[in-house]
Order: sequence, then C-alpha cells, then structure tokens
Amino acid sequence: MTRLGQVYLGVILVFLYTPILVLMAMGFNASPLYELPFSFTTHWYETLAGNDVLLTAGLHSIVLALVTSVVATVLGTIASVALSRRTFRGRNLLQVLLLPPIAIPWLITGTAMLIFFYWTGIGRGLHALIIGHVAMAIPYVVLVVGTGFKTIRTDLEEAAMSLGSTPIHAFFAVTLPLLFPSILGAALFAFAVSLDQFVISYFLSSPGYSTLPVQIYSAIRKGFTPEINAISTLLLLGSMAVILIFARFAKPGETSDKR
Amino acid sequence: MTNVDVQAVAKTFGTVPVLTDISTSFPVGSFTSLLGPSGSGKTTLLRIVAGFLQPDEGVVKIGGSDVTQVPVWGRNIGMMFQSYALFPHMTVAKNVAFGLERRGIKGAEARRLVGEALEMVRLPGFADRMPKQLSGGQQQRVALARAIVIKPSVLLLDEPLSALDRRLRQEMQVELLRIQRESGLTTIFVTHDQEEALALSDKVAILDKGRIVQIGAPQEVYERPLTRFAAAFLGDSNFLTGVVENGAVRLADGTVVQATGVLPALGQTVTLAVRPEKMSVTPAEGAVNRIEAQVKTVIYAGPALSYHLQTADGTELKLFAQNHDGRLLPEGQKVTLHWSAEHTIVMAD
Repeated sequence: MTRLGQVYLGVILVFLYTPILVLMAMGFNASPLYELPFSFTTHWYETLAGNDVLLTAGLHSIVLALVTSVVATVLGTIASVALSRRTFRGRNLLQVLLLPPIAIPWLITGTAMLIFFYWTGIGRGLHALIIGHVAMAIPYVVLVVGTGFKTIRTDLEEAAMSLGSTPIHAFFAVTLPLLFPSILGAALFAFAVSLDQFVISYFLSSPGYSTLPVQIYSAIRKGFTPEINAISTLLLLGSMAVILIFARFAKPGETSDKR
Repeated sequence: MTNVDVQAVAKTFGTVPVLTDISTSFPVGSFTSLLGPSGSGKTTLLRIVAGFLQPDEGVVKIGGSDVTQVPVWGRNIGMMFQSYALFPHMTVAKNVAFGLERRGIKGAEARRLVGEALEMVRLPGFADRMPKQLSGGQQQRVALARAIVIKPSVLLLDEPLSALDRRLRQEMQVELLRIQRESGLTTIFVTHDQEEALALSDKVAILDKGRIVQIGAPQEVYERPLTRFAAAFLGDSNFLTGVVENGAVRLADGTVVQATGVLPALGQTVTLAVRPEKMSVTPAEGAVNRIEAQVKTVIYAGPALSYHLQTADGTELKLFAQNHDGRLLPEGQKVTLHWSAEHTIVMAD
C-alpha cells in the first residue's frame, strides 16, 4: 500500500513539475521557435532586460499583489475576528455569503465588476484593480484566518483579561501572536491569488496599467519569444522563495496544540 | 485580602433562568466550594463574580465596593481555568509576569515577584521553559502562580483540577490548600467533585437549578443535608419514607425509626435519610434503629466494601463498611442493619 502511494505521489509530482521544468529550460534555449536540439543561451534574459513592456507589467503585478495582500489581510483578519469571536445578528448569513465568490467563475465576477465599476464611475486602472483584487482575496483570508482562530482557545483571552488586560490588549498580546502563522499564510494566499489573477485583471486594467498575465496574454496573441519563459521563470522563483519563507515560519503539517 | 458579597443576583440566558436570586457572602480568607451538577449555575456564578458576565439583577461586591459594573480587567481577580490557559507563546516567567506588567511592575521587581511565586508553587528554575515543555501538573502550578502573583482580591478557580489524573489531583489539592492558607486569599472554587469540595473548603455551597440549596461547613452540609437533593448529590444516602407517629416515624412495613431532628406534625409523611456508612450489621451502643434487608450485590474495593441491599418491601439500601477482616457478607444473606437516632436525618422535602 505504501509503495503504491509513493508511486502515485511520484506520478502527481511528475505531471505538476515537468511542464514547469520544460518552461524554465526553454528560457535558456537559443531557438526563438522552441526548437530542439537544446543549445544554452542567456540571450532571452538579456532581451528581457530591455523589454520595458513586460518588465513594467511584472512590476505592476507585484505592486498590485503586495497592496492586495496587505489590504485584504488587514480587512479579512478584522472580519474574521468578528465572525469567530463575536455574536451578532446575521453572522451565519455573512459567513455563508463569503463562500460563493470562491466558486463563482472569475469570468462572471470580472464582468460583474466591470459593469458595476463602469456604472458607479470607478472605471478602470490601478485603483479598480486594487478594489477588485482585494474583494476577491478577502474570502480566502477570512477562511484561512478563521481556521487559525479555531485552534486558539477563547479562555486564553479570558485569562489575559483576568490579569488586567482590556479586550484590545488581550487581542494584541495573546491572540494576534498566536494567529500570526495563519495571518502570514492568508497574506501569502492573497498575494498568490492576486498575482495569478488574469480574468478580473484583464477587465479592469487600463491601457496605462496592466498586469503581467494580461501582458503575457496579449504577447501570446501577437506571437512571442522565450522572453516569456524568462520572466515566468523569474516570477516562479520569486513565488517559491516566498512559499519557502512561509513554510519556515508556519511549519505546516506540524500539529500545533495551542492550549 | 477582601470579602466577596453577592446580593440577589439573577441571570437568564435567552429565556432560560440560570441563576435565581443568589445571595451569599464569602468572608475574608475563606475557601468556598460551589458544588452542583452541570447546569446548576455554579460556573455562571463564578463568572459573574469574575466579571465575565453581567448579572441581569443584583449586586456583586468585592471588598465592600460595588463592582457590578466594573469589567473583569478592572476587578483585580486571580483566576485559574480548567484548561490551564497558559499563553503558549510565552515562557513560564513571561506568563507569570503578565499580570504584573499590566499593573506597571517591571524589571527587577517583577523578576523578584515571579521568582517568589514560582518558589511558592514549587517550580523554581522553570522560568525559562515554555508551557509546552511542562507536564499537566506543572502547567497547573504555573497557572496558579500567575493568578496569585498579582495579589488578587479574590482567587477564582474554575474546576482547575479536573483535567489531572487522580494521584496528581490529590497532590495539587494539598498544594492548593497550603498556598491558599499561606496567602490568605478569599477563594471561590467551582467543582463537581464532592470529595474535593469537602476536603478543601471551609464552606460548601450546593447549587441546584440556579439556587443555592444549602451552604455551610463541609461537616455540617454532609452530616445534616437539608433536602433530598443535597443528601443525594453530596455523598450517598438511603431514603426511607414514613408517617410521623409518637415522635418517631413508622415506615410502610411497620418498622419504627427514631430521629433526633425536628419532625413534622403527627400524621405527616416524611422522608428520612441515612448515610450508608452510618449503618452497620453489628448492633452498637445507641443504635436504636434497625431494619431487615437482604444482600443483593457486594462491591469489593480493597479497603472499603459496599453492599446493595433490599428490604422486604423492595426499598433499595446501600451499606458501606470497612474491610476489617477480609470477610464479606455473601449475596442473598439476610441481615439486620443498625443505626442511631442521631444519624437519621429528616428531609425538608
């Protein structure tokens, strides 16, 4: 059984990573048409350094993802505090309403946002992208932080209050530090969801401000070179670095008993 | 060191009354147990004294001043929780120093007080450990140190020993009592463990359905329960029902039972309680009461023996005896149980 499981896992990893490895390798292949045999070059990285359109779009994506991550994490964590620790009318309804946006196809969400933003005069551009990305990232944050809350006993805050902490102080001194791995995970999730996002970005970006996925998409339509592979490789390595840093902090898989 | 007064406190959750008109006082330095089945309101009462809950009606006074409107963080209480509730991201020293820091005590003074508190709970040298590295009993001691280091007005214990195994629990009971005596803290202790309540407290309050049905010294509450509930909840009791006749009680089978308590009027039906360990198969001096019964089951527990018996009219009785000579009464044996008039307790209901 264990043997079979190992093979199964191996097959999954092969299917996940082979395309990515091929993509990375092709960034170092001299042929602009992805032809074999493989001949090593860093040419595409050199031309990428001069490709302002892709680089700017890449920078935009990162800025947008960072802003989304910070804003969505703060708002989502606050919402999570309310949903996990307070009782109020409509709490269950709100909690349930958080889930559908995750399941609604991006295309529909994107179209709806475009129409809504047009009607309200919000329009398109960086501000619209931020609003759109934050809105779609919040449910993920609430879910991740909410799960974190479940591992923290409420009597820890009560203990702090019995020792003289106001509820606010108890939250910052006790709950927040214990919640930190979850919040970090949520921030990372929000960052990844934003960086990944194509459909909503496509609808909400303006000619002056578009993101890397949108730019890659238009490049593919116009015909492209392995520069795309080069920038994808850089992005990939960046994301993996972030994930590894997170794994170092949060130690996923560890059974944490937060009594 | 202060006393705690609770006056006419009532609390309702939704439409369910949890506490009804509770008035009692906890004198300076006393150790009071709140004992009752789950749902009796004992934890609610403790949380109202702590300030986690607001009573719907009534007043809570700590040290003579009305704190009903004061939130928990302004009451200067020390509390121990069932789950220890140590802060898992802080060392033992930081845990204990938490309340001191909230009171502006820092640096060398805080270190000295933390050291003293850890000394008191016999955990010196544990200051730099994390809670996770400690055993359950050690965590419990840290929780106690954290609660007493701030010199609280009142020490509130919410079933703090229930998560420990038997041997450790007995050890902690002794510790708790020693520390309570040394510190002189007015202590309120919620438990559902009767033996623990009897062993630790100066006063035991028995709660049932949101009311204090009896409060008094352990001996008084145990030896003289007022109601059937108190007699059955605290310890075991044999209940006999009969009719008052000539200053005694005649049971349905004709047996006449003598009691020393005040009996209701002639001809009234009354319930009597007799503790199973107060009965004996051998007649002792003054044991004027006797009843015939047959042994149904024998439970051998080493030093103690307990028997389930049945009288001719089907009344179930229990008998506790010391294992003096290793000989047991055989099942089916007919015996006569003897007890004295002063061990017949007249129930108020």
